[in-house]
Amino acid sequence: MELFQYPYMQRALIGALVIGLAAPALGIYLVQRRLALIGDGVGHVALTGVGAGLLLNRSPVLVAVIVATIGAIAIELVRARGRTSGDLALALLFYGGIAGGVLLVGLSDATSSNLNAYLFGSLTTIQVGDLITIAVLGAAILVTMIALRPALFAVCHDEEYARVSGLPVRTLNLLIAVTTAITVTIAMRAVGVLLISALMVVPVATAQQVTRGFRSTMTAAMALGFFAAGSGVWVAATADTPPGASVVLLAIASFLVVAVAGGVWRALRRRATPAAAPAPEPHEVVLG
Amino acid sequence: MSAPVITVEHGVVGYDGRPVLRDVSLTVTAGEVAAVLGANGSGKSTLIRAVLGLVPLSAGSITLFDRPLRQFRQWQRIGYVPQRLGAGGGVPATVREVVASGRLARRGVLRPPGRADRAAVDAALRAVGLADRAADPVSTLSGGQQQRTLIARALAGQPELLILDEPTAGVDAASQEAFAGALRHFVADGGTVLLVAHELGPLRPVISRAVVVHQGGICHDGAVPDPAGHHAEPDHDHVHPHGPDEPAGLWSN
Repeated sequence: MELFQYPYMQRALIGALVIGLAAPALGIYLVQRRLALIGDGVGHVALTGVGAGLLLNRSPVLVAVIVATIGAIAIELVRARGRTSGDLALALLFYGGIAGGVLLVGLSDATSSNLNAYLFGSLTTIQVGDLITIAVLGAAILVTMIALRPALFAVCHDEEYARVSGLPVRTLNLLIAVTTAITVTIAMRAVGVLLISALMVVPVATAQQVTRGFRSTMTAAMALGFFAAGSGVWVAATADTPPGASVVLLAIASFLVVAVAGGVWRALRRRATPAAAPAPEPHEVVLG
Repeated sequence: MSAPVITVEHGVVGYDGRPVLRDVSLTVTAGEVAAVLGANGSGKSTLIRAVLGLVPLSAGSITLFDRPLRQFRQWQRIGYVPQRLGAGGGVPATVREVVASGRLARRGVLRPPGRADRAAVDAALRAVGLADRAADPVSTLSGGQQQRTLIARALAGQPELLILDEPTAGVDAASQEAFAGALRHFVADGGTVLLVAHELGPLRPVISRAVVVHQGGICHDGAVPDPAGHHAEPDHDHVHPHGPDEPAGLWSN
């Protein structure tokens, strides 16, 4: 535990905990509307922002927020149109994003280790300024996702009904898109653009195996994300493993544990209360 | 004569250039219980989706509560019951959470739910006989109970007009009776109803007017027609499939 005496480890831990809490709070809405991998796509686009930032000597995170937001809005507009070509448009956006990022990083003076820090995360190099950005934006994401839960739930659950209820459906959809972009960019420093979707989606997938309602799923997913982030950083510090990967692997491990335990529990319960044997059907013809 | 609640004048709807509704005119006044009847593909669902603004008119006009549809903002006056809920991503939701969505039209996006909201949700759950299932995930309910959940969601908003799309399709007898009871109460309290149905079943005594849609036009408007052919037999059980892609339950994947 001595490692946590160092300020850089404390910053890593706090940053990871904020992201572990905020990412599933958004992720539950993405899972609900079957957009579980959208975070991955926005992450690809954000990489172009990182490249542009490094090339222009501006804050890569800040430029990434702007580029990812534009990308997320573009994805939402394609989705809302509901055309089959949307699938291809998304593919173009994703791969254009990652290729653009690699190209721009190559053009700048940055080394490949700079790129790696954004691809796979670099928690231990978080500066005080980064941490403040993560904390402020993370708090904003949490407050928005929790305060607007009834409306966001309605839109993600049944978009037509939400429209007939007079809800500002397009605004709420864009809000989810922009929040996705912001979550991706702040989580980029922790787990990297290639692993971001895991923190948004896996805790939700774990929680919904045992929960009964939307609110309880959200709470449990946030708790699981928080736990995975905290224990992941601790494992990384003690076993000297990459923090981002440790956090994600722990989140996936808890999914497997809950899936197996849930299966065993259901099987035991079924054995404890055997289904009543169906009543024998009466004979149609009684032979005298 | 009562005030008109829904007015459709020379409404035309087409999908990709193919007309689905041709020159339909219809007025529903306060207190009426109008059933839109017709075969599959006749355009009856399109008619109510156009009234709700979910599909655009290519010609004609629609007025809701004396306001052109385009300018209509008082959505809390309308309760909509879709045929089934769209396929969600599998995140569980309790019956109460789904029904509570019905309060949003009245409450708006920003205001948190208050005591009046909770009381309205409780009343709606009681009205459809699901008060004891409020904390259960909707996915564990039968098809009929899921349909009652959607009706409770509409009732929770305390609307003046209920618009229902095939509320009894594929619904068990107990749920149909519960639904007919809830509808009777709604009408007794002064509500107006526009519903689409394939057949009326236990709803028949509640309906005050039948509008029959055939090939995109209205071919009958007035008294509820008597069932004809084998549909008229007292023990007729309506079991033919409603479509090749019809899922077993609302939330089944």
